[in-house]
Amino acid sequence: MAAGNGQLLYKPLGLLAELTHRCPLGCPYCSNPLALDRRADELDTATWARVFAEAAALGVLQVHLSGGEPGARRDLVDIVTAAHAAPLYTNLITSGVGLSKETLAALAAAGLDHVQISIQDSDPASADRIAGYDGAHARKTALAQEVVQLGLPLTVNVVVHRANIGRIGAMVAQALALGAGRVEIAHVQYYGWALANRAALMPTREQVMRSVEEVEALRSEHHGRIVIDAVVPDYYARYPKPCVGGWGRRSLNVTPKGRVLPCHAAETIPGLDFWSVREHSLAEIWQDSPAFNAFRGTDWLPQPCQSCERREIDFGGCRCQAFALTGDARAPDPVCHLAPAHERIVALAAAQADEPYTYRR
Amino acid sequence: MSATRSLSDDITPRLPRGVRLVDSPAQGGTVLLAPERVFKPDAIALAILERCDGVATIAAIADDLAAAYNAPRERVLGDIKALLGSLADKQLLDL
Repeated sequence: MAAGNGQLLYKPLGLLAELTHRCPLGCPYCSNPLALDRRADELDTATWARVFAEAAALGVLQVHLSGGEPGARRDLVDIVTAAHAAPLYTNLITSGVGLSKETLAALAAAGLDHVQISIQDSDPASADRIAGYDGAHARKTALAQEVVQLGLPLTVNVVVHRANIGRIGAMVAQALALGAGRVEIAHVQYYGWALANRAALMPTREQVMRSVEEVEALRSEHHGRIVIDAVVPDYYARYPKPCVGGWGRRSLNVTPKGRVLPCHAAETIPGLDFWSVREHSLAEIWQDSPAFNAFRGTDWLPQPCQSCERREIDFGGCRCQAFALTGDARAPDPVCHLAPAHERIVALAAAQADEPYTYRR
Repeated sequence: MSATRSLSDDITPRLPRGVRLVDSPAQGGTVLLAPERVFKPDAIALAILERCDGVATIAAIADDLAAAYNAPRERVLGDIKALLGSLADKQLLDL
């Protein structure tokens, strides 16, 4: 994807660094793959430091240190030091469980810019049941208070599904009470573990419509006090999401063992050739790896996407979703009401079952 | 833009922790980085933001920019307040 004079056509803005797949929680909508990378295969500190420096040189501005639970890495302070030195704006995405107060203070001193903590519900018992971990909610709120005490900006992330969709207002109130400057209301996206738990997580159409109105009302009510960002529930949408801002366009994802993906779910698509940071520089991977070029731009788009006026807006939607629901990664995302397989997603959205969660383990 | 706050001239705005102006040659200039957000300020916004150091008052910033750009001070002051109010609403500025 070079534009002649060595200039890259696209420059990534964000790097999602999945430091580990280890996590104390078992959330049934976890975005990690069903086959988790093992600890023995994780990249070491020096390799992460090289990846961060290469990312910054490539134009990346922000790194999102995620997992699994990044606190499971004993070298997390060194990793943050390296990310800050790269230089990258450094964001820690944590469950809030398994990260001590002392480590958090050391991370702040090492140049950490921002912390995002997930909460599962405003009701502690329900939250712990969703996380599959007794006492998780109390530990999360305690860590969130430490973040604010240290003067670091805090985002509270809330994943919304059938068990908590009625308490969005209470969860935003909790984020405000904790001192968060930003709250993310993210409806479950059905990949990985969430796909396996789809019927147990799926809200009804009425619940979703009410929640969208509620988020709008909360935005005006709390305007100027907290930023409310929302991720829409795409099974009920009319148009698909422009997944990761377009394939190989804005962001990249490095897995615990070093494979570089255009998005966190891309390994679910068979036949894609992913390159590893163990063998290639990040710039080589971004520019030349077959996986990044597989669905880049708009030339590959099928009909009706190819002739659609929205093709530069949503790029045919999400490739992983197209594959998961149609078996063809090149098909239009079935979320789109113009897609041939759209009826299938309507039927799946209507399929709800109060069955036990399959916890991520 | 927001009409939710009226800013007095003696406020000393500053970027809060977690909000930083960064020079990025690869992205073609100075960008404003914030929690999980990236903004590309235009030349005027950048000139204002660079002066938000927690010491300079809004009045002083308006004096400075009115002189630097040879522009009417009242209009500059209005532009500054509109921008800063909007940034504060997005948690991008401490007033």
